[in-house]
Amino acid sequence: MKFETGHRRWVKISHWVVTISFLLLAFTGFEILMVHPRLYWGEAGNDLMPALLELPISRNHKHEGWGQQTAFFESPDSPVSAPRTVTIFNQNGWGRSLHFLAGWILVATGTIYLLFGFFTGHFRHNIWPKLKELSPKILWQELLLHFRMKIHPATNGPIYNVLQKIAYMSVIFFFLPLTIITGFTMAPAITAAYPFLMDLFGGYQSARTIHFFSSAVLEVFLIVHIIMIIKSGFKQQIRFMTLGK
Amino acid sequence: MKGKEYLTRRQAITTGLASMGALLFSRCSTELPPTYGNLLRAGDVLTYASHRALLPKQSLAREYQLADITSFPATGTTNPVDKNNSYSEEYDRLQKKGFKDWRLSIEGQVKNPGIYSLSDLQQFPSRTQITRHTCEEGWTAIGEWTGVPLGTILEQCGIMPNARFVNYYTYDGFDDSIDLMDAFHPQTLIAYGMNGKDLPVPHGAPVRLRVEKQIGYKSAKYLRKIVVTDEFTEMLSPGWAWYTGI
Repeated sequence: MKFETGHRRWVKISHWVVTISFLLLAFTGFEILMVHPRLYWGEAGNDLMPALLELPISRNHKHEGWGQQTAFFESPDSPVSAPRTVTIFNQNGWGRSLHFLAGWILVATGTIYLLFGFFTGHFRHNIWPKLKELSPKILWQELLLHFRMKIHPATNGPIYNVLQKIAYMSVIFFFLPLTIITGFTMAPAITAAYPFLMDLFGGYQSARTIHFFSSAVLEVFLIVHIIMIIKSGFKQQIRFMTLGK
Repeated sequence: MKGKEYLTRRQAITTGLASMGALLFSRCSTELPPTYGNLLRAGDVLTYASHRALLPKQSLAREYQLADITSFPATGTTNPVDKNNSYSEEYDRLQKKGFKDWRLSIEGQVKNPGIYSLSDLQQFPSRTQITRHTCEEGWTAIGEWTGVPLGTILEQCGIMPNARFVNYYTYDGFDDSIDLMDAFHPQTLIAYGMNGKDLPVPHGAPVRLRVEKQIGYKSAKYLRKIVVTDEFTEMLSPGWAWYTGI
């Protein structure tokens, strides 16, 4: 195993392409959520049904613009219909298209990144924690260092501490794939072809709710990542991830 | 300055990728709806092309049980007789007579153009399906739809070999189109019934379209006319994606 000097070129390129597409996805994703700021569990959910969570993030939050309710059936607990009487906030025309365009870039770059990561040994050597690093003692030491904001200085290249490895690993192998697959589960043409996706997540609205929380985790990761970059030497870190020196 | 040099390289890469994309899409332009002149639409066209290329052709959207039917908001146009919202004088007249005079005309690239009344449509073998309506806003609702498969009507009219798109016109102006793959999908209905009753006005009376493998706004309400064409016509506001299987 030769000693690494600097981040590899494909790591640097995919890092920034993923950064740009992730920021676009987060921005348009928030816009899409603003249009219907209610989350549900199960297959169906709408303004005439109870929500799991209502987010006060746009004028669509708890808007009262609904006309008279009509029952579909005779039974007292019959589902109902009601016409919407207000014009809601909705920028989904460009919002959705930009979300999916950025999604394509993320998925394409992510796939190439994963292939490179496996075949160059990058994951095995640099991202996957060594067994001895996972000892409670080392984990505890690293946690204490981080809580005291004693962050290791920038290294030019992939020399990561165990917490960093766990964070990168969970983003690369869990939260990003989960967000992407729950995104697919919201596509009617895709679930028609692969209905098991709906069963896997418990329905369309469950997938949407998981998509939201899982992308929220990614946003928290981004914030912590930026704090760590600042704490370990912002200018130097940016140079290492771009110019490489 | 070194930073400058780096940016130039990245610009070169981006420009290269963009022109590669442009080449790819211009090559496909005879195969795909040519509405996508900007970068934003490139993602939509990629989605459309890959769905058509990779997904099994005629898989059905999931169907549910009667007990799964949920409440169902009526959004967009909820009554074309409302003077403030997509008013149609003709629709007003038809509604006053209980849609007795309503007709659906089918024209364009078909051997036998036809004009169908509601009872004409009801003569055809019907299909009833309980499906999930998926709105681009983010909400979903489950409802039962009864109607005649669009494919049945198109076969009756005999589409020409050069036909590629089915354009539909509505009384509230939400005109749009689908390709033949969706038009002949067994769950694509010209629907006249909802939850066991006549289709209510807020949901598109007397007849609406159901396109179950796309987002809700493709399932146009208040149908008026169907025109089969060999060329793609941009009808919906260009701000909205034409293909919405995602």
